[in-house]
Amino acid sequence: MILRLTALLLAVSLAMAAPQSALADTFVFTAIPDQDESRLMTRFGKVADYLSEELGVEVRYIPVKSYAAAVTAFRNNEVQMAWFGGFSGVQAQRLVPGSRAIAQGVEDPAFLSYLIVNASTGIEPGDAFPMALQGKRFTFGSRSSTSGRLMPEYFMRQATGQSPQQFFSRVGFSGDHNATIALVQSGAWDAGVVNYKVWDQAVREGLVDENRVRKVWTTPPYPDYHWVIRGDVEARFGEGFIDTVQAVLIGIEDEDILASFPRKGFIPASNDDYAPIVNTARELDLLD
Amino acid sequence: MRSTDGAAPDQHTGRWHTTAGRFRVASLWLGVAGLLAFLVADLEIITGTPGTEMGRIANGFLSPDFAATEFIWQALANTLAFALQGVALGITAGFVLAVFWHYRLVRAGSAIIRAVHELFWGLIFLQLTGLSPLTGVLAIAIPYAGIFAKVFGEFLEESDQRPAAALPHGSGRLTTFFYARLPLIMGPLRTYGAYRLECGLRASAILGFIGLPTLGFHLETAFRQGDYSAGAAVLYVFFLLIGTLRFWLHRRLVLVYLGAALWWAPPLSTAPEGTLRRFFTSDIVPSPLKGDGTLTDLWLWFARLMTEQGLPGLWHTLVLSTAALLATAVLALLLFPLVSPQFGNRFSRGAGHLFLMIMRTTPEFLLAFILLLLLGPSMLPGIIALALHTGAIVAYLTGRFTLYLPARADRPRGLQGYAWDTLPRIYPNVLALLLYRWEIIMRETAILGILGITTLGYYVDAAFAEFRFDRALVLIGLAVALNLLVDGLSRKLRQHLRLSINSGQFAREPMS
Repeated sequence: MILRLTALLLAVSLAMAAPQSALADTFVFTAIPDQDESRLMTRFGKVADYLSEELGVEVRYIPVKSYAAAVTAFRNNEVQMAWFGGFSGVQAQRLVPGSRAIAQGVEDPAFLSYLIVNASTGIEPGDAFPMALQGKRFTFGSRSSTSGRLMPEYFMRQATGQSPQQFFSRVGFSGDHNATIALVQSGAWDAGVVNYKVWDQAVREGLVDENRVRKVWTTPPYPDYHWVIRGDVEARFGEGFIDTVQAVLIGIEDEDILASFPRKGFIPASNDDYAPIVNTARELDLLD
Repeated sequence: MRSTDGAAPDQHTGRWHTTAGRFRVASLWLGVAGLLAFLVADLEIITGTPGTEMGRIANGFLSPDFAATEFIWQALANTLAFALQGVALGITAGFVLAVFWHYRLVRAGSAIIRAVHELFWGLIFLQLTGLSPLTGVLAIAIPYAGIFAKVFGEFLEESDQRPAAALPHGSGRLTTFFYARLPLIMGPLRTYGAYRLECGLRASAILGFIGLPTLGFHLETAFRQGDYSAGAAVLYVFFLLIGTLRFWLHRRLVLVYLGAALWWAPPLSTAPEGTLRRFFTSDIVPSPLKGDGTLTDLWLWFARLMTEQGLPGLWHTLVLSTAALLATAVLALLLFPLVSPQFGNRFSRGAGHLFLMIMRTTPEFLLAFILLLLLGPSMLPGIIALALHTGAIVAYLTGRFTLYLPARADRPRGLQGYAWDTLPRIYPNVLALLLYRWEIIMRETAILGILGITTLGYYVDAAFAEFRFDRALVLIGLAVALNLLVDGLSRKLRQHLRLSINSGQFAREPMS
């Protein structure tokens, strides 16, 4: 039986090894799973439909499990464009020579993170980083998150003069911003940092119990999310395709689609805008 | 009989050394090491209101929502397809390796590829073959080839050599193999293959945690978002898949299933050509060597990686797994009476069987993931998960073994019977099973790092997230070394304790 099985397996794999050209002309994009993963399909399915209509090519969105998976898919040309955070975007730009940052949200050149604490810590909002958090339990979002890890860590190191591992009794990674809010609210962690957009949205939607969790500090502004596209798409979709995609993204006015990100609108971006992120990542030894 | 084997008075002290004495010494060391591990382990409960969360999870399990997860049936099909193809490819490759089992190189190579966990293989192949069916298939097939090679190789070694000797002189090696060796081991091979498919299904589901489109993908999403009704539904689908295995897995249908699997998810890569070359010539080259670094730079790079990540990771892996081994032993000894005909009645045994089946069917990774949500990322959820899963397996096999114990009419009942009759008789088997499982516990402990517990997997996962595959490979290498060490140590101990390879049949016996 095993012999027959081997023969069949070989035959079938040979037959299947034919080139996979059927999907070649679909423009595929992804987005980092920064919040509420169960809604990703709904959030970005709409974006795919819109892009497809405007660009005149078939556009598909594929969901990924982690920030690193989004970058890997981009690197391997499984997706040609992605909505990245500051750090994942920089990783992508470095791994794929010729790729370009083409658009960012209106809010992204001056993005913010909030430090949130469980009410039991008794810490009140203030302009300076609350040093009373020393020795508490603290959670970041995803490891590769810009607003949930990289920039807050940088500013916290400046404020405390210590690494988070030294300053706090325990440091964790919740995975995403919604998880951070839920875990700090439940008291599993005393404090955490979140993307200000996700926090504001959660407050608006009534998902936050402000008697149990509150924001106490805001980081200085820094550049964050952006669209990155591979340089080699023009070979497949024609000369000038990158400019067309950029124009379509910047032209999005539909409130419903913008709410998926959530952004007020998109503006042009370039790779150089993210130099501060590269420098910070180097300082934190996240980038060689 | 076994306990008096090899008994001889010590020349110097005049005391008798018996195998039973060795059991006592080995058990003492196991206990001491386990207790020390519990003392230094990080057992903090990091959670605010576990009661509320527990209530929400229980509520979710009582009201599963099968409609909440889009593509749940596609995920089920993918889980099946990756497992079927992966196991088939693993059997084929393992079979070829087993034919050459007498070469040291083949044995060493097989040991190394099976020491790398399916999830680590998955993380590596995501770089090479993308988010594709091929990644799922290879992540299962490669470690399984190593496992199959070992099992087949040992089956062949242990099989009757006489038919081969009886063949005419000058018969070719292939002829000998197919006519005089293979037929003898076909029976155990089939049984073992079926058992491995069950393991493959678990591995396939778990691969969803790193992004492949199997049941684990949706399970992780649902549980982490706190949507326990949706999560419970996915888990029930998974239980249904495993629980019904024996009803649909027929020998004659295997080829049909395999054909369907190949049709549903053709094992193709979605990554462009050249990823393999890129991986070997650039990705895994230690970063100091990429510039104009010297050997000193390389040493500094390595030393820093070891002190900051490698050694802490190794230490935590060792502590967690040692504590888990002791907890497994205690739990197995407490639980086996649940399914032993020497204790309880029909109904208690039925309930016991159900409980043990659920615990051993649920992958330890998944148990740990759910417990982490309740208890926070200390070692505690890892220890409990490993002990529950492995303890249930050992208890089940031990309980079954009590079937074959002599049924003496004057045997004491209840606690007396447990302590003075059953336990002494089955203890060697429990010890053998624990030693067999030690390596597997270690392998799983390393991988728990992906969930946020600081074992080796934690640092491996970080290295992958930072696209530093040079570091990832060194750290995976450490996990492999630890595993080979434990494997060797366990084999030595089993020989020392005269727990012969035949007791291995319990470790290999199909789990359901």
